Amino acid sequence: MRFIKKTHYNQDIQLFKHQGQLFWYGALGVALLLSPLVLSDFYLGELSLVFIYAIAGIGLMLLTGYTGLVSLGHAAFLAIGAYTHAYLLAQGWPFPVSILCATLLSSLVGAIIGIPALRMTGIYLAVATLAFAIIVEQVLSHWVSVTGGFRGMAVELPSIGSFSLDDSVTFYFLCLFILTGCLFLALNLLRTSTGRAMTAIRDSEISAQSMGIHLAYTKTLAFGISAGFTGLAGSLLAHKIGYLAPDSFTLLISIQLLLMVVVGGLGSLHGVIYGALFIGLLPQGLALLRDTLPPALAQIPGLEPGIFGLILVLVLIYEPQGIYGRWLKIRSYFEEFPLYRKATHKRQRSYLRTERLK
Amino acid sequence: MQFALARGFHFLEVLQLLVSGISQGCVYGLIALGFVLIYKATEMVNFAQGDLMMLGAFFAYSYINIFELPFYLAFPATILTMAIIGALTERLLLRPMIGEPHFSVLMLTIGLGFILRAVAGAIWGNEPRSLSTPYAGGVIDLNGLIIGYENMVIILGTAALCLLLYLFFRFTRLGLAMQAASQNQLAAFYVGIPVKRVYSMVWAISASISAVAGILVAPVSLIDPLMGFVGIKAFAAAIVGGFGSLPGAIVGGLIIGIVEQFAGLYLPPGFSDVSAYVILLAMLLIRPQGIFASMQRKKV
Repeated sequence: MRFIKKTHYNQDIQLFKHQGQLFWYGALGVALLLSPLVLSDFYLGELSLVFIYAIAGIGLMLLTGYTGLVSLGHAAFLAIGAYTHAYLLAQGWPFPVSILCATLLSSLVGAIIGIPALRMTGIYLAVATLAFAIIVEQVLSHWVSVTGGFRGMAVELPSIGSFSLDDSVTFYFLCLFILTGCLFLALNLLRTSTGRAMTAIRDSEISAQSMGIHLAYTKTLAFGISAGFTGLAGSLLAHKIGYLAPDSFTLLISIQLLLMVVVGGLGSLHGVIYGALFIGLLPQGLALLRDTLPPALAQIPGLEPGIFGLILVLVLIYEPQGIYGRWLKIRSYFEEFPLYRKATHKRQRSYLRTERLK
Repeated sequence: MQFALARGFHFLEVLQLLVSGISQGCVYGLIALGFVLIYKATEMVNFAQGDLMMLGAFFAYSYINIFELPFYLAFPATILTMAIIGALTERLLLRPMIGEPHFSVLMLTIGLGFILRAVAGAIWGNEPRSLSTPYAGGVIDLNGLIIGYENMVIILGTAALCLLLYLFFRFTRLGLAMQAASQNQLAAFYVGIPVKRVYSMVWAISASISAVAGILVAPVSLIDPLMGFVGIKAFAAAIVGGFGSLPGAIVGGLIIGIVEQFAGLYLPPGFSDVSAYVILLAMLLIRPQGIFASMQRKKV
């Protein structure tokens, strides 16, 4: 185990806790920057998709993993970001302005949705966001003049001025750049008093309130920020899929986003990246699986969501901390090698007491 | 597009819509009842309730159309099968989650829904099927007001089931034990209630209710693996009625069923599909605890 001797209070909020972290993250960054030299266009495209998922995941992680509010409707913000961006581009707005407007609009909508959410917790909030997502899906398919209805709408190619961002290498760098920016933003947010307040609300609303945290303000803010990140991811996704239709933003997508943060590991930004890798690569894995399975089994319609569900159930029962949690356990096993005890990572269970009157 | 003013209200038309709204609402109400029952006893939220209904409908279809059992035998057989499946689900999936946060359970049941849909698709295929019942096709004509036997059976069946549940919770030991287990797990355990077994029973009952819902709804809508999505509307119904209140679930279901029918006729297309969710959001804004409130603010 590594013990850091702290000699200054500022060490507590440093982004990199020690030289080792700086080295490994730096190495990862260099590897990502150099990967277009090695990888083919197909894999670059897949990686860009993973980056886009990760951006949306940061948004959902801030909300679900750090503020403790569950949203079953984040596909709606993805859709709002994507459609706004595509519509504004079609109106001739420049790319950076349009992407910024899309982000701000989804953030605003998120904050507005957040306002009724202040009075609810848990299931109520989950269902309210679910209802919101279904309404958005209906609006998308019926507001033909803007969204093209069921026919959908084409997305213009991305470019800044005359510099095209369309080919897979530049788009890869665009996504990487935005993801890095978002990660820094999220990391910094979590170090500020707002971020700490969000975590406090997750752990206990009552104690957060008694310490002077304004619940309504912080929750609305969390919702807005979360929706903003997701909207940003949506506008990039619009370019990635090239053609928008209401059925690209269904309930299944919302669940996939949640699956991503749960499988990755709730309450850590590492978890977002692991989750995004998982979600991004799962379809490839399933395609391989289909080839090896007997045809009768492989042809089952709805096999893919079924396997999604199965993974979700297994992760929740056996490793609620997700991939990142498992990694922490493996690491501590080797760090404390002969002395590792399972009970170190045992979860505290709480027994149920109702808040109902009757 | 036809709007209310242009059409004018015809009394008979309104009555007809009301009847079909009530019958649809009863189905929502029945599924909502399943939600509420599980929530009341275990504080868990079962998002797969609609999919349990779908499974129930498929079992009824297998017993009646494939094994050719008579209806009066197939009906209890379906309920029994679903009760076993419900109890098994609780034992295998939900019991390890006792003491985990609500959110995890919610996610787990969402995953369960996906699994059930895939399994149903694998066994019965994806093409819609229809259930043959002894009462299919007949209608009652009340001076121009036409009520199908299917709708009558839905309404009467729901009423009977509600009465049964009321009596169960009011007068049986098991019903009381369920209420106790939901109010305070640990205390209920200390006074000698076998909390775990009670939970299994609750899931069995809830799955049976959704099986009844499945059998009742199957003659009017077709059976396919995606029919469980009705569950989301039923969820809205449960919240409108006040989560955790059994009469609330039925009332919420009726409200949503009736509004949906009227929105379908008098409002532009698309409104009927979202009306349930609009009611839900409005309700959460105005009175988040629902019509029959059973929540209070948490005290330290």
